[in-house]
Amino acid sequence: MKAAQDTQKPDLCPGLLDVESIRKDFPLLVRRVHGKPLVYFDNGATSQKPHPVIDALNRYYTEENSNIHRGVHYLSELATSLYEEARKKLRRFVNARRLEEIIFVRGTTEAINLVAQSYGRKFLGAGDEIVVSAMEHHSNIVPWQMLCEQVGARLRVIPINHDGELVLDEFRRLLNQRTKFVSITHVSNALGTVVPVKEVVKLAHAGGVPVLLDGAQAVPHLPVDVQEIDCDFYAFSGHKMFGPTGVGVLYGRAELLDKMPPYQGGGDMISLVTFEKTHYNVLPYKFEAGTPNIAGGIGLGAAVDYLAGLDWDQVAAHEKDLLEYATQAITKIDGLRIIGTAKEKAGVISFVLDHVHAHDVGTILDQEGVAVRAGHHCAMPVMQRFGVPATTRASFAFYNTRAEIDVLVGALHRVLKVFG
Amino acid sequence: MSELDDLYQEVILDHNKSPRNFRAIADADHKAEGYNPLCGDQVTIYLKMENGTIQDISFQGSGCAISKASASLMTAELKGKTAAQAQCLFDSVHQMLTGECDEQKEGQGLGKLTILSGVCKFPARVKCASLAWHTVKSALKGEGAAATTE
Repeated sequence: MKAAQDTQKPDLCPGLLDVESIRKDFPLLVRRVHGKPLVYFDNGATSQKPHPVIDALNRYYTEENSNIHRGVHYLSELATSLYEEARKKLRRFVNARRLEEIIFVRGTTEAINLVAQSYGRKFLGAGDEIVVSAMEHHSNIVPWQMLCEQVGARLRVIPINHDGELVLDEFRRLLNQRTKFVSITHVSNALGTVVPVKEVVKLAHAGGVPVLLDGAQAVPHLPVDVQEIDCDFYAFSGHKMFGPTGVGVLYGRAELLDKMPPYQGGGDMISLVTFEKTHYNVLPYKFEAGTPNIAGGIGLGAAVDYLAGLDWDQVAAHEKDLLEYATQAITKIDGLRIIGTAKEKAGVISFVLDHVHAHDVGTILDQEGVAVRAGHHCAMPVMQRFGVPATTRASFAFYNTRAEIDVLVGALHRVLKVFG
Repeated sequence: MSELDDLYQEVILDHNKSPRNFRAIADADHKAEGYNPLCGDQVTIYLKMENGTIQDISFQGSGCAISKASASLMTAELKGKTAAQAQCLFDSVHQMLTGECDEQKEGQGLGKLTILSGVCKFPARVKCASLAWHTVKSALKGEGAAATTE
């Protein structure tokens, strides 16, 4: 998507996204569930994959499979160059300054754990404070709690308001001499809130505090430029951005990555090993121990290419339309309350129905072919904040349509009928 | 009837709306908490025993219709039963929820509890229906740790 932006001026009146033709790129979307056409609104959990990604995986295992960074034979060199080519695509995707700032990991969770254990254990100590927000996914809470236990640091939490927006004034108040790290989501998975991350980074940097952003829910919806945001770390998963599972990226500022010790030991992360001493490899390999998910990395590169082929002004306009259309349509349903009403929102609608638990909603919607997430969305503190045990979440991607939202609304009326 | 109608039968919807024994027992001699980490369902079971028999049983908590109705039906069924009978019912209910769906309709001496047999067609909901049962089992054993469906 970066490439498209660099070469084109933003179109003031973008044409409509050709959703019907985009849907043809995603083979799974045509399947039926319980005899009904699938309506896939669980994109926040994982997205579907376009043909080029599936083809890249298939081609890799059919024609290119070999281990990387070691063999001198043809296939090993081919696999290595394809994998490193994918790294270059990902550098452009988030606009990192340098290639070695792109570290392949299993996903967002591993990326955050890497920073907590490598940066955190080296640079944080007793009494130091780590700041997160009240809308974090468990994967941006638990690694920091583990670090706190290990080094005696303390977790501080920025509250959110009733719309699910970060209270920036409270963040300003939390920042102090002991603040040593800020880790915060870019887009909330449970509420859809888009966090003003540039502002967050600016405030933290004013006190010399590094910032990690959890971009798992941001990269499928927004163009991300790590230099513009000026964050120190940016973590995201391949499978939520139309790529394969089991692969993701940690972007890290090279000056910080250089100072950090390796996260795991093993092959590929060393330059010389004797029983007396081991010399670590250079970036990014220092953080990539063992044979990686080679097919996944190459598949993720294919996803980046696919996204770069879309007009992102059109994508943004389409997703905004879906969100507004869905918000209006489901607010009309009796006893339905939307949780997460931030002014800046990605295509996520979490809601509760009076007297009907999210789990029952999810089961009945499923019978109508509508796939949503029901539960706490791995964000139990968010549920506590809003005083609900669980919500039903419909999360959209650019391949979704207004007609599918109509099916959701119809299915919600069936829920009301069952529990009437 | 569709599978959905099998799941959400009148009796289940009624127990969800007006759960029986939905209260705390102040002088309970057994108490256990159950938790389903998958969806956040939470239940507390209170027991008052007399000579090895369940003299009073109640529950509190939050959860979906299936978990609430299952807990409500369970408390109604277990009142007056011995601990051994409760264990036996636990095994039968567990078998009904997780076994082959086609074998269910043959009576297993479960009485009203067979109303929950529709759950087995919804594997994602089995844990909702079994949470209260896991919790009562742990309450009877007097285990300190919270029961989970994991």
